[in-house]
Amino acid sequence: MSLEKPYLDVPGTTIFDAEQSRLGYHLNQFCMSLMKAANRERFKANERAYLDEWPMTEEQKQAVLARDLNRCIKAGGNIYFLAKIGATDGKSFQQMAGSMTGMTEEEYRDMMIKGGRSAEGNRVVGEDGDAQAHHQPQGKAGKK
Amino acid sequence: MAKITASVYTSHVPAIGAAIDLGKTQEPYWQPVFQGYEFSKQWMKDNKPDVIFLVYNDHATAFSLEMIPTFAIGTAAEFTPADEGWGPRPVPMVKGHPELASHIAQSVIQQDFDLTIVNKMDVDHGLTVPLSLMCGQPQAWPCPVIPFAVNVVQYPVPSGQRCFNLGKAIRKAVESFDKDLNVQIWGTGGMSHQLQGPRAGLINKEFDNAFLDKLIADPAAAAAIPHINYVREAGSEGIELVMWLIARGAMADIDGGKPPKVAHRFYHVPASNTAVGHLILENQR
Repeated sequence: MSLEKPYLDVPGTTIFDAEQSRLGYHLNQFCMSLMKAANRERFKANERAYLDEWPMTEEQKQAVLARDLNRCIKAGGNIYFLAKIGATDGKSFQQMAGSMTGMTEEEYRDMMIKGGRSAEGNRVVGEDGDAQAHHQPQGKAGKK
Repeated sequence: MAKITASVYTSHVPAIGAAIDLGKTQEPYWQPVFQGYEFSKQWMKDNKPDVIFLVYNDHATAFSLEMIPTFAIGTAAEFTPADEGWGPRPVPMVKGHPELASHIAQSVIQQDFDLTIVNKMDVDHGLTVPLSLMCGQPQAWPCPVIPFAVNVVQYPVPSGQRCFNLGKAIRKAVESFDKDLNVQIWGTGGMSHQLQGPRAGLINKEFDNAFLDKLIADPAAAAAIPHINYVREAGSEGIELVMWLIARGAMADIDGGKPPKVAHRFYHVPASNTAVGHLILENQR
């Protein structure tokens, strides 16, 4: 019998469940290693070499090198673990969260000051809110 | 006999800790947030507890993916503020209360909640930001703190109903402790926020305020909210609100006593990515 996952139809959202956790184990444990200052230094000195010490998939390594957090999450990363990469890079949580929307840092910050993203149209896949797949990327990046 | 006299509910956004530590609390962006806690800091001085039972979640700090306890109670004599990657927060050591914590652990496990007992653990912003909001920047925290960490990182997290029932068990445990202690229980995290994916930045004021209303006046209904509603309405990280139900379940009215007095209520958007909610409920004699 398959597991009950009532959250798969929430747009723009990946729930970190047992399956994602299994996929992302080594990616997240690599992130955890960045809690130590000495490891942060070694990672910054040669990112690829440091990543190669971990039994991560090539896709996970490429996603980290590209600092593409959406890709990292798809590959099993969890935001609280991925935040250690952001901390290593000197980024705030807001900068990290904003980076996943396609918005510039300023656009995202302004959205938050104006009360944040509305739940309207963003509850279920297939509605027309700004987090839906057909509205990506958001902000100026999506207006061509 | 030990008694739970009040419960406190607050968000625990890391950027709030950074704003305090870097002296930014009077900046226009932060001033409205801290204004909402002015009452609370005075209230803490006027209602100083002997022990705080502090429900929070660890954010990949003490617990990596090596071990993921659903409910973990800190029974140590002290807990060090963690280095979460930005360096440790410049806040006092957290003194525990091993005697009461061990007593609660034994009693709650006998009531069928399988707690993980933790004798060595660093504590992250989930625990220290609420202390800073309520106590300011003292040289030492005003009293011992029992950290109680709940897994809200890997799904499935415990249900609201289970958290609420756990609160009832904690109340019984506290009241069976022989020494006269004034205990506060704090539930932290939330309110609406989402930190991941294209839906990052979600805030839902209507949901949050309805949750506050329910938590005060109809907590059994708040406890019945299923996980999926938090995810859809309050964002993937809004699920942290289940931790508030542990504190609410420990209040006297759940066990046949009088409804609590709402001493303080506050709500503000935003703090970084998050809606800040805050309540103080006092048990009435």
